Amino acid sequence: MNNIILSIKNLTVKYGTTVALKNISMEIAQNRITALIGPSGCGKSTLLRSLNRMNDLIEGASVSGQVLYRGEDIYAPSVDPVAVRLQIGMVFQKPNPFPKSIFENVAFGPKINGYRGDLGSLVKQSLQGAGLWEEVKDRLHDNAYALSGGQQQRLCIARALALQPEVLLLDEPCSALDPIATLRIEELIQELKEQLTIVIVTHNMQQASRIADYTAFFLSGELVEYGETEKVFTAPVDKRTEDYITGRFG
Amino acid sequence: MNRQVDSATLSGGKLMNRQEEMFTPRLKSRQLRNAIFKWIFFGANVVGLLALVLLLGDVVRDSWGWLDWDFITSFPSRFPEKAGIKAALFGTIWLMVITALVAIPVGVATAVFLEEYARKNRFYAAIQTNISNLAGVPSIVYGILGLTIFVRWMMLGRSILAGGLTMALLILPIIIVAAQESLRSIPNSWRHASLALGATRWQTIRYVVLPASLPGILTGVILALSRAIGETAPLIPVGALTFIMTVPKDFMDPFTVLPIQIYNWTSRPQDEFRCIAAAGIIVLLIVLLSMNATAIFLRNKYQKKVVE
Amino acid sequence: MMAGNSNARSWSERIIEVLLAAAVSVSILTTIGIVVSLVGETTGFFREVSLVEFFTAKEWTPLFTPAHYGIAPLVAGTFLVTVIAIAVAAPLGIASAIYLSEYASVKVRRVIKPILEILVGIPTVVYGYFALTFITPIIRHILPDTDVFNALSAGIVMGIMLIPMISSLSEDAMTAVPRSLREAAYALSATKLEVALKVVIPAAISGIVASFILAFSRAIGETMIVTLAAGGTPNLTINPLESIQTMTAFIVQIILGEAPFGSIEYQSVFAVAFVLFLLTLSLNIIGHWIVRRYREVY
Ligand SMILES: Nc1ncnc2c1ncn2[C@@H]1O[C@H](COP(=O)(O)OP(=O)(O)OP(=O)(O)O)[C@@H](O)[C@H]1O
Ligand SMILES: [Mg+2]
Repeated sequence: MNNIILSIKNLTVKYGTTVALKNISMEIAQNRITALIGPSGCGKSTLLRSLNRMNDLIEGASVSGQVLYRGEDIYAPSVDPVAVRLQIGMVFQKPNPFPKSIFENVAFGPKINGYRGDLGSLVKQSLQGAGLWEEVKDRLHDNAYALSGGQQQRLCIARALALQPEVLLLDEPCSALDPIATLRIEELIQELKEQLTIVIVTHNMQQASRIADYTAFFLSGELVEYGETEKVFTAPVDKRTEDYITGRFG
Repeated sequence: MNRQVDSATLSGGKLMNRQEEMFTPRLKSRQLRNAIFKWIFFGANVVGLLALVLLLGDVVRDSWGWLDWDFITSFPSRFPEKAGIKAALFGTIWLMVITALVAIPVGVATAVFLEEYARKNRFYAAIQTNISNLAGVPSIVYGILGLTIFVRWMMLGRSILAGGLTMALLILPIIIVAAQESLRSIPNSWRHASLALGATRWQTIRYVVLPASLPGILTGVILALSRAIGETAPLIPVGALTFIMTVPKDFMDPFTVLPIQIYNWTSRPQDEFRCIAAAGIIVLLIVLLSMNATAIFLRNKYQKKVVE
Repeated sequence: MMAGNSNARSWSERIIEVLLAAAVSVSILTTIGIVVSLVGETTGFFREVSLVEFFTAKEWTPLFTPAHYGIAPLVAGTFLVTVIAIAVAAPLGIASAIYLSEYASVKVRRVIKPILEILVGIPTVVYGYFALTFITPIIRHILPDTDVFNALSAGIVMGIMLIPMISSLSEDAMTAVPRSLREAAYALSATKLEVALKVVIPAAISGIVASFILAFSRAIGETMIVTLAAGGTPNLTINPLESIQTMTAFIVQIILGEAPFGSIEYQSVFAVAFVLFLLTLSLNIIGHWIVRRYREVY
């Protein structure tokens, strides 16, 4: 028995006239890792981006249905999307550090949100949380672009962690990385679930089976199968899921 | 998997415990600041619009009652009520003909050579730099070039020909750059298809590339010519005169143009001359506006075609 | 088949290529022509006037006796007008660019951009008319001691003229900032204003600076507004309410005055134009260099 932190109800997302997600309903468990899988273009990123209202930023995107965060609809008119994103953080597919120093990257969120404590120790703690501290502690004021791809992605995770979010959304965070960097991030994600809830989009079936507690399989905008990872991978209910995970598909 | 975590946290501004202890996000005041600045940034664009409205209003008010058919068909005069822009209007037309005849072929040919023939090496880069630097040379310096080269060395005197050549050099970089952009937008596959059918390089350009890039080139040409119509400074050294009582009959005749006429009338202290200057401005702006409208029309038509 | 024909064909191909190359030489010759025509008379001028006097003397009185040839007052006049113009155009231009690149919807952009384009298309002589007959009377109404011809009026109107230029160049620099950087900031709960001021502008800063430099260069070379509205009095002052003379206005004044060919006044026009040319050229080179640099970053 788990606590539900996010509950998605009849969510439909359109870009102009193309329907990217059709009437999705699912629940996300607190302090667990939920993986979203499915072929390219099936709507995984779209779902992830509707969980912290990043879709608001796309001209022409429209959302109907509800996303309840702790019981409150994040699409209610009274809700400020900035408040949503403060609690539901996000890491993107391609590392996207700001062209600023490592320190400034991590300090960005805390600074604009009026951090009351000691910024230096928060930055340190966040970099430690992302497993990057040892590698960068002597060059905090170097430009973040000098880091390797894997380091940049961990910096982006540290930057998100600095705001102490409740939920962290990860959109294929390892797709631009080599196997070793990928492994490090997978370990990191598993450590992080102690403190927060993780929703991760991945193309990599092994990755989903290695790290996720729950897995959801999507196909052309529809939720085909959702359940405990082990069940989805070993005894899928739907034929299409089986085809996909056994590689007979797309 | 069913127990709901609750407690309202978003709209009430209350955060989760952990965040609450550490941050003071002040979302309300940040959003307010955002809203205020949005209007300030918008306002900056309104300033431009406002300036345009004031400028047009000023000109229309000053010219009120002065702009009539006589004004178009009369020569300049010492008496403002008798003065008109006939000489300037014809001068402008003559000047534009020469400018266009020189600048369009040379400009388009330059662009064709650079995009279709030249290898993209240092030579290309140097020419490109040269063209962009020429585009930034102050127009009065072009006037001095015209004075030295055309009026004196080539002994064309203060003629329409000297003025037209000067103006052609001034707008040449604009035409070259516009034509280059248009040529670049033609997919290479078209060229390959034509060459594969046995067409020569020039035939490919002549029958495939140029027709396809024509709307883009034409738009650039119109914008360049409308720049030329409004230019005053480069024609002052070349000797565009203001007191011309005849319509030019020959490329070697002395001439005046609308902007020079406007400049001359504006710089006189009497209010009446300001009024006819304003009337001249209206005529100039109408000519320019219709040229720009044509360019925008062509551009839109062309853009639609590409989308299809 | 028909070797003669294909031979003729390749001949005509060659001729066409040569003709096109000849067209390219026109732009090269233009540059050479500019330099040669300026240098010729400028050397003549410096045979009469020493470089030291030209650059250090504080008076410019070529039409009086004794004549003084210190370019300082003309440069000062030019910079006074230009600085006023940039002070008007820079904040408004950036603000306009931020609105267009960060806030405006596609529809609103479609209305605003053509209006700014109209401002670009208005001839400078019309701006000069506007300065003299509209802005100057307003300034003189508020500050009655202002000269009829003054740097302020010309500077303000030149600033209005430069808004679209700065706006469009800065907007280009801002739209070149990758979307992913904006998304990163939004995901860290930044407001739109914070994204614009803390992410987009710092990332686009070199392009924005380049837009200032190019606008500055444009303002220095601008002729008609200052000729009509800023006056014809070489004046080493920083008071924007006084009549001054810019380099460009001086050139127009002497040329309209029909200085005899070969006289020192005639030659002084070329010396001033040469300084003007070098100044704008170096600013343009710096500006374009910066623009190219920031294009390489992303
Ligand atoms: N900004 C957009 N504008 C229009 N259509 C979009 C936009 N973003 C996504 N789409 C469309 O919505 C559908 C779902 O896209 P989405 O990015 O969510 O897929 P995805 O599952 O994340 O794919 P991938 O695995 O390739 O990242 C696709 O058909 C896509 O073309
Ligand atoms: Mg995706």
